[in-house]
Amino acid sequence: MTATVEEAPAERDASRGRLARFARPALGLLLPVGLAVFWEIAVRIGLSNGRLVPPPSVIFDTFVDLASTGELQSHTLATLFRVAAGFVFGVAAGTVFGAIAGYSALTHRLIDPTLQALRAIPSIAWVPLFILWFGIFEASKIILIAVGVFFPVYLGVMGAVLSVDRKIVEVGRAFRLSGFAMVRRILLPAVMPAYVLSLRAGLGLGWMFVLAAEFLGASTGLGFLLIDGQQLGKPAQIVAAIVAFGILGKATDWLIALAAAPFLRWQDVVER
Amino acid sequence: MLVLDRVGKTYPNGVRALDGISLAVKPGEILVVIGGSGCGKSTLLRAVSGLDTPTQGKVVLDGTAITAPHEKIGIIFQEPRLLPWLRAAENVGFGLEQRPRAERRVRVAGALERVGLTDKAWVWPRELSGGQAQRVAIARALVPRPEVLLLDEPFSALDAFTRADLQDHLLHLWADLKPTLIMVTHDVDEAIVVADRIMVMRAHPGRIFEEITCDLPRPRDRQSAAFDFAKRRVLAALDRSLERAIITDDRETKAASGAALWW
Repeated sequence: MTATVEEAPAERDASRGRLARFARPALGLLLPVGLAVFWEIAVRIGLSNGRLVPPPSVIFDTFVDLASTGELQSHTLATLFRVAAGFVFGVAAGTVFGAIAGYSALTHRLIDPTLQALRAIPSIAWVPLFILWFGIFEASKIILIAVGVFFPVYLGVMGAVLSVDRKIVEVGRAFRLSGFAMVRRILLPAVMPAYVLSLRAGLGLGWMFVLAAEFLGASTGLGFLLIDGQQLGKPAQIVAAIVAFGILGKATDWLIALAAAPFLRWQDVVER
Repeated sequence: MLVLDRVGKTYPNGVRALDGISLAVKPGEILVVIGGSGCGKSTLLRAVSGLDTPTQGKVVLDGTAITAPHEKIGIIFQEPRLLPWLRAAENVGFGLEQRPRAERRVRVAGALERVGLTDKAWVWPRELSGGQAQRVAIARALVPRPEVLLLDEPFSALDAFTRADLQDHLLHLWADLKPTLIMVTHDVDEAIVVADRIMVMRAHPGRIFEEITCDLPRPRDRQSAAFDFAKRRVLAALDRSLERAIITDDRETKAASGAALWW
């Protein structure tokens, strides 16, 4: 009797710990997996023909089909290339302008109002102009994506530079750091966390804008696959492309987080 | 020898934070600057550090005028101001970037040992307690072997026990290289524990009000009668400094009488 009384709390704690570790993520999976299973069964037993909302097995088959013909790979590569190119240009411009606007009050007053005004324009509004200027091929798409990536990066870098702790900068001054050393040893590490966040936000917008760009006339890319699926009445292809977008978006975001992790370890507040 | 020659500082808004401060500090001397809030003691320290430049007069160290931060002058702030992205040991070695790696490693390890934080060398600043972080900051300032070390209320944010501990610690470290110390504080006990000389300042404008030599034998017993006597002397001087500020400066009466309650 006493033994059970003594053991019970410890056992309960242990099982609660196990529950917390496995059950919490599983809890989040419950809804999507449950819905998928439900729909699969509903279609199988004939409750629905599944023509407009294809069941998971059909989507998976479509994936395999697209992959076996090499279509999936070529479309994915086309989209990835556009996002990568747009991201590189957008980040480069956003970083440079953000740093300039954050560094001195004069340059801030000079360029920030213009950029803020441009930011107020929905970026898709540029599309017709970009097509007139840069044609309907890759250039206009990449520039549109770059514009989308630019603003979160610009805002993130500017905000980070503006909010660098003056007291920490003073430590740099007390140790007689020159302009370049000050940037390398104080400013750069100080803005790093906000910079990484802005890169991730920029990348998210990049994925949004690649879709917009591909909707507006493309013969390759996952966006084309979406439009193609709509025009030919292939909902499974649409869903497969959407899933591919989801996976790619998440994977690239994870890559940035992974690449940045060594620089942000000092900041990692949550102990594992 | 550190010499201040009629140093004055007037802010752009017309406030005279410092006025005609002249003094000489011998190598290895410990000078404590004390005074009510707003008496310009921090402004004075910043002028000596080269972080701010005085608007009148000059600060001269061994014949060179100080107009910008100087390698022979180290400073410790009220907060540790450690760089959060560097581990404790890397923070300590921050001022040694130019030195060869081996020398840097030896000196950092030595400094950490002196402040008793060898086991915390590879810990991030956020994992240090307030006292530990300030010890790392002291090590960081001392490791380049400055001739003059400036301390701006370095222990005022710590609890009483840690504060007394770090005061002893500071004196211990000072004994290694005997740099000139200039410490700003508003804690009379602290002043008497560390000082060779105490400079009482008075506000509006910031001026030297009285100098008190403090030659109690070291280490100083905080409980002794002599300590108490010295303390009363400094407190009396402080009292007078605040009263005179009130009498001579009618316009600032309200601000100054508020400051009289600072301890």
